[in-house]
Amino acid sequence: MSTDNDKANDTGSAPLHGLLAEYDNPTALVRAAEKVRDAQYEHWDTYTPFPIHGMDPAMGIKPTVLPWIVFWAGLTGCVVGVGFQYWTSVIDYPWVISGKPFWSIAANVPIAFETTVLFSALTTLGAMLALNGLPHPSHPLDLKRRFAKVTDDRFFLLIEARDKKFDATDTRALLESTHPAVLDDVAEDRVTSDKLPTVILGALAVLTTLAILPFALAYKARVSKSDQPRIHLVPNMDNQPHIKAQQESPIFADLRGMRGDVPGTVAQGNLQEDDHLYRGKLEGGAWARTFPKEIAPSEQNMKRGEREFGIFCAPCHGLSGHGDGMIHERAAALGQGTWVQPTNLHQDYLRQQPVGELYNSITHGVRNMPGYGHQVSVEDRWNIILYMRALQRSTAAAPTDVPESERGALK
Amino acid sequence: MAATIKAGAAEVSAATSGLNPYQGPPVGDNVFAKITQNVSRVMEVPKPPRAWYIAFGIALTLLSIFGACLGWVVWEGIGAWGNMVPVAWAFDITNFVFWVGIGHAGTLISAVLFLLRQNWRTAVNRFAEAMTIFAVACAAIFPGIHIGRPWLPYWMFPIPNQMGMWPQFRSPLEWDVFAVGTYATVSVLFWYMGMIPDFATFRDRSTSTIKRAAYGLVAMGWRGSSRQWHRYERAYLLLAALATPLVLSVHSVVSFDFATAQLPGWHTTIFPPYFVAGAIFGGFAMVLVLAVPARQFFGLKYIITIKHIELMAMVILATGMVVGYAYGMEFFIAWYSGSMYEGFTFQNRAFGPYAWAYWTMIFCNVVSPQIFWWKKMRSSPWVAFIVGVIVNVGMWFERFVIIGTSLARDFLPGSWGYFIPTPVDYLTLGGSFGLFFTLFLLFCRYLPMVAMAEVKSIMPEAHVAHGDHH
Ligand code: HEC
Repeated sequence: MSTDNDKANDTGSAPLHGLLAEYDNPTALVRAAEKVRDAQYEHWDTYTPFPIHGMDPAMGIKPTVLPWIVFWAGLTGCVVGVGFQYWTSVIDYPWVISGKPFWSIAANVPIAFETTVLFSALTTLGAMLALNGLPHPSHPLDLKRRFAKVTDDRFFLLIEARDKKFDATDTRALLESTHPAVLDDVAEDRVTSDKLPTVILGALAVLTTLAILPFALAYKARVSKSDQPRIHLVPNMDNQPHIKAQQESPIFADLRGMRGDVPGTVAQGNLQEDDHLYRGKLEGGAWARTFPKEIAPSEQNMKRGEREFGIFCAPCHGLSGHGDGMIHERAAALGQGTWVQPTNLHQDYLRQQPVGELYNSITHGVRNMPGYGHQVSVEDRWNIILYMRALQRSTAAAPTDVPESERGALK
Repeated sequence: MAATIKAGAAEVSAATSGLNPYQGPPVGDNVFAKITQNVSRVMEVPKPPRAWYIAFGIALTLLSIFGACLGWVVWEGIGAWGNMVPVAWAFDITNFVFWVGIGHAGTLISAVLFLLRQNWRTAVNRFAEAMTIFAVACAAIFPGIHIGRPWLPYWMFPIPNQMGMWPQFRSPLEWDVFAVGTYATVSVLFWYMGMIPDFATFRDRSTSTIKRAAYGLVAMGWRGSSRQWHRYERAYLLLAALATPLVLSVHSVVSFDFATAQLPGWHTTIFPPYFVAGAIFGGFAMVLVLAVPARQFFGLKYIITIKHIELMAMVILATGMVVGYAYGMEFFIAWYSGSMYEGFTFQNRAFGPYAWAYWTMIFCNVVSPQIFWWKKMRSSPWVAFIVGVIVNVGMWFERFVIIGTSLARDFLPGSWGYFIPTPVDYLTLGGSFGLFFTLFLLFCRYLPMVAMAEVKSIMPEAHVAHGDHH
């Protein structure tokens, strides 16, 4: 019919591409498609704004192979997911985590699942586009102004001239018998070029070069050596003003990183004013002969002292305090010449020694014995002495020391 | 003749609404054209409605705040936040889980409802898909800055490096990288593929060369060939089938971050289904929050109808009750387990120092949706909008309650603490909405907001009449 709404100006001279019929509604198009199908044309297609159900059988479209492609892609994704995890965590970089096995399939299911889906989904879109021949920049139909309505509300059928059965009059007659709203010649497109414009090509080239640049720089940095300090992208985060013990710090005027107590203050628990309790001394500086009032000779304190003595003193002095603990026995067995035997605690001078002096020996050590003040609490040091006194008593007691009611058992 | 009168009437009724003079009910002779017009007009009008400008201004302001906060965190480190020991996961991870959760409704509507042949989805699926992608974009930022050295996020990916190390694939945090990454990719593919025919419509309607070139580029030369539609529909079905298990897996994997830890309040098997239900719940609420104003201001009332709002309200009611059930079940299990620590954790949630957060959550997520039992409320768009906002607040609090309260008080009272957010915390959270809404408003203006081809294909007029050969 008319070609007055063609966009191109020299279509008159262009060869025929095909015949285009336009319909008002899906039903008319489907009926027409059935006729063209039955007439056994090959190179023809219908164009619609939305998928029309029933069009596939009407046109005789065979089911696409797409699902199979996607199936294999999914399988590949799964194998890659499992294989990659196996290779990294068992072969290339085995790494013990909480004593777990290197390979435990349950822990690898989530990622294998994700790669399966990822491969399948990317393939679905990619294969759909490839099978459909997209992107498809230009087409003779684009020159038909009315064809622009195909994405709106019109329905088209095109039979291409290259079809073996195509015949200018017969094909026209066939299409006319389907009662199209409009029937039109479509000329080959001689106007539009399929080539990308040079501007776009140039832009693509520049972009590609720019995109490679960072990787090239990173590669160069990895294969070459430099004596320059490293580049700090975020200097504030890289060089933080935190200090370690004993370090200098520019933050303070005296440049000392570790800070002492503020003058005139005492940290919590550090106020140790009571000489008797904390240092075992009386007012004049003499060793205290009595226990401080905080440490009452109770059953509970005695038990506590026994326990602490067993932990801190018995390894050297022995459970009974005779200076024959396991460490001493070991040292003697090895024949260590420098070893000084731990003192036998059952000696008179120690029985007579003021408790304050014993307290001082435990706290700061004495001659070859190290101090235990940093390990044993103040109360427990006194409890140990309490127990030690009981030990000393046990090896130097007179029968009168036993209560009268119990004395019968001694005989 | 009748058509012109009808069109005239639509013109008049629209003029009174004043916002989009092109809206009209898709009935009468040229339904398909009316749908095309209704949807394309938003892109075609020289100026969008004033409401768009106002919203865009607010969104851009929030976005700049977001940018400033992120810049500050990169420069200063995460000490800018209130995070501390024991609450080392605070707003950052809460926001991450919140945004990922929102990102679920999109794919759910697109994929699951597609497989269930719920045709009503076509009116809102494009929206929901866009929302998904923007929400996932917001979500992805948070783990990126949470790692403390935001310029090293590539350490999370299996990239060969000079240390000869690989990520730890047995860690749920690494599963997360793959789950969220795959989800984002597949959502974008699904969204893009769905838009190809609509891009073609925009291309064919555009008058300016730039628009034609831009839409033409993304439409890839789609011309609606039936042979192409055949493969296209098959591909769409496949993507839907792939996205359905994917959407269920993503929030399950996110919940593993917690469930595989030993912490009381986290170490529980109910988490995967509970998280997924919560994600659907929050996601649908967000769809309502976006769809109600959009249909109002862009004149899409005839496409996104009251019926759609009502159906989404029902989904919210149903999933809200699933979530409520999960809250109750957590308490039951805490008691039934006989574990002192579990028992304490839940008692502490409801009555401890974070009780205010817990009861806010209960009110927003369990109580507020109950209003949807009344049809009148379900079918009122602005009621739906308000409930949508409340539910989103509630879902944010749910994540905060799970993360914050469990960490703040665990086994050892000696290591307890109380998390207090800093202004940067609040501004980062608020700012992330700026990113979300900026992207969404640009989407409304420049991309096909409704899946035109799909909506057309389910109109009665699209069905081929049987039998009568003329
Ligand atoms: C590492 C082994 C070792 C341990 C542990 C040890 N001592 Fe000693 N102790 C010694 C040695 C060795 C001597 C003798 C030091 C010397 O004469 O040079 C000694 C000496 C002593 C003396 C004698 C001090 C004096 O005035 O002559 C006393 C009392 C004593 N220890 C008490 C204790 C108590 C109480 C404990 C537990 C808190 C303890 N020791 C733990 C090795 C130990």
